[in-house]
Amino acid sequence: MNIFTEFGRYLLMLKDMFSKPENMKMYWKELMHQCVEIGIRSLGIVVIISFFMGAVSALQTAYQLVSPLLPRSTIALIVRDTVILEFAPTLVCIVLAGVVGSKIAGELGNMRVSEQIDALEIMGINTRTYLVLPKILAAMITIPLLVVISMVLGIWGGRLASVATGIVAASQFDKGLLQNFLPYNVFFALAKAYTFSFIISSISSFYGYYVKGGSLEIGRASTQSVIVSCVLILLADYVLSAVLL
Amino acid sequence: MIEIKDLKKTFGDKTVIDGVSAVMQTGKCNLIIGSSGSGKTVFMKCLVGLFEPDSGEILYSGKNFTTMNEEERKELRQQIGMLFQGSALFDSMTVEQNIMFPLDMFTKVSFQEKLKRVNEVLARVNLENVNDKFPAEISGGMKKRVGIARAIVLNPKYLFCDEPNSGLDPQTSLLIDKLIKEITLEYKITTVVNTHDMNSVMETGDHIIYMHQGIKEWEGTNKEIIFSKNQKLNEFIFASEFLQDAKDMRMLEMKGKIDNNRNMDELLK
Repeated sequence: MNIFTEFGRYLLMLKDMFSKPENMKMYWKELMHQCVEIGIRSLGIVVIISFFMGAVSALQTAYQLVSPLLPRSTIALIVRDTVILEFAPTLVCIVLAGVVGSKIAGELGNMRVSEQIDALEIMGINTRTYLVLPKILAAMITIPLLVVISMVLGIWGGRLASVATGIVAASQFDKGLLQNFLPYNVFFALAKAYTFSFIISSISSFYGYYVKGGSLEIGRASTQSVIVSCVLILLADYVLSAVLL
Repeated sequence: MIEIKDLKKTFGDKTVIDGVSAVMQTGKCNLIIGSSGSGKTVFMKCLVGLFEPDSGEILYSGKNFTTMNEEERKELRQQIGMLFQGSALFDSMTVEQNIMFPLDMFTKVSFQEKLKRVNEVLARVNLENVNDKFPAEISGGMKKRVGIARAIVLNPKYLFCDEPNSGLDPQTSLLIDKLIKEITLEYKITTVVNTHDMNSVMETGDHIIYMHQGIKEWEGTNKEIIFSKNQKLNEFIFASEFLQDAKDMRMLEMKGKIDNNRNMDELLK
């Protein structure tokens, strides 16, 4: 199947997602369930990654910042901007493409192979609306929140590592954090987070929803969805940086 | 009643269903039989709308399913129940939640009423104390019965069963067959069963359609099938020597009854 056919099917899946829900209460319940599955269940890995990402970033910046002409508070500034602009939205979303993306593709793939999707269709339920839309909405609600948490934890990790190793004093680090702060950077990071969360959820839903075959194909679909999501995230990262910065 | 007129379905160059016409009768078990690859699953999937036929008509109580829009189909599908080959129960839900799902989605009755209905259908399929179990915790036969319970919970007018006996032992298969037959008569529904299990054919086959390479090869009842002269059908049904012998014995026995119950030994001489 060529890339244009795949892209066409992807667009059709997105178009068919928008239909009148049979029972709003059930769809709301499914949305909340997906928010827990995608958001809350990914919180642990995001906390760990973000903290260490900030800490390592601070230590490596200090290692490279050898000029005596530059104040030590610059470390805080660099950590803040790299975390907000790149590490929190992009790195976290790449990790989430693996964690959340493979889960979504695996879940939908299993439902397809075991005829659970057919069973829903027979009942008269639009499965794109019931199964795919809540996943995409839940990802677009929770992933930007996870990115914000990641920003805070990343900076906090950098501060803790800097102070603990004696690279920068806490007061100096705090001073650096406030230097030349551009709120636009947070907007840019959130724009990236929304874009990436849509990519992660829609691409993995697409690969899972259209699985054909058995368990082997479910595994392949999960892997494929992670690869495609990661490539598209990096591509979107470049495009957004070129357009918005 | 479901009326099928000149149904055709192709995949690429391969014609899977080639101009099949049939009438699925109300209050009867309508069986579609045929060897693997004969097109019976595709035929059933066309009937329920999981595949779009290339041409032909499917009429549900006179209403043309093939020309219905999405909303009309949704409405009709609420009158359809289906038991899938692998039961297709939702893994993440308990038995009770699985059966309650269509009620949650399409009715506005209270939880107590829904629970009452769930317990009613569970009792109807002879299952008790399984409400809180997950599909992974119950046997294959129980899964099929839960699948039937979920299919009938909304009182459907049409019931489709795709290979209801696959993966079951002969005794459990008979129980499932009996249950499908009883439900069909009790609820007066149009039941379409896709099978290649000969026990099912003989037990439940009020109306049988034999398909071979996408064509309707033979049509009749379980009483007629044994006397059929159709070579392809006979090759399919009485595939082994054992079954051929059993058929001969049965025919002799029936002939015996016709000839005023003459002694079997005499006939065998």
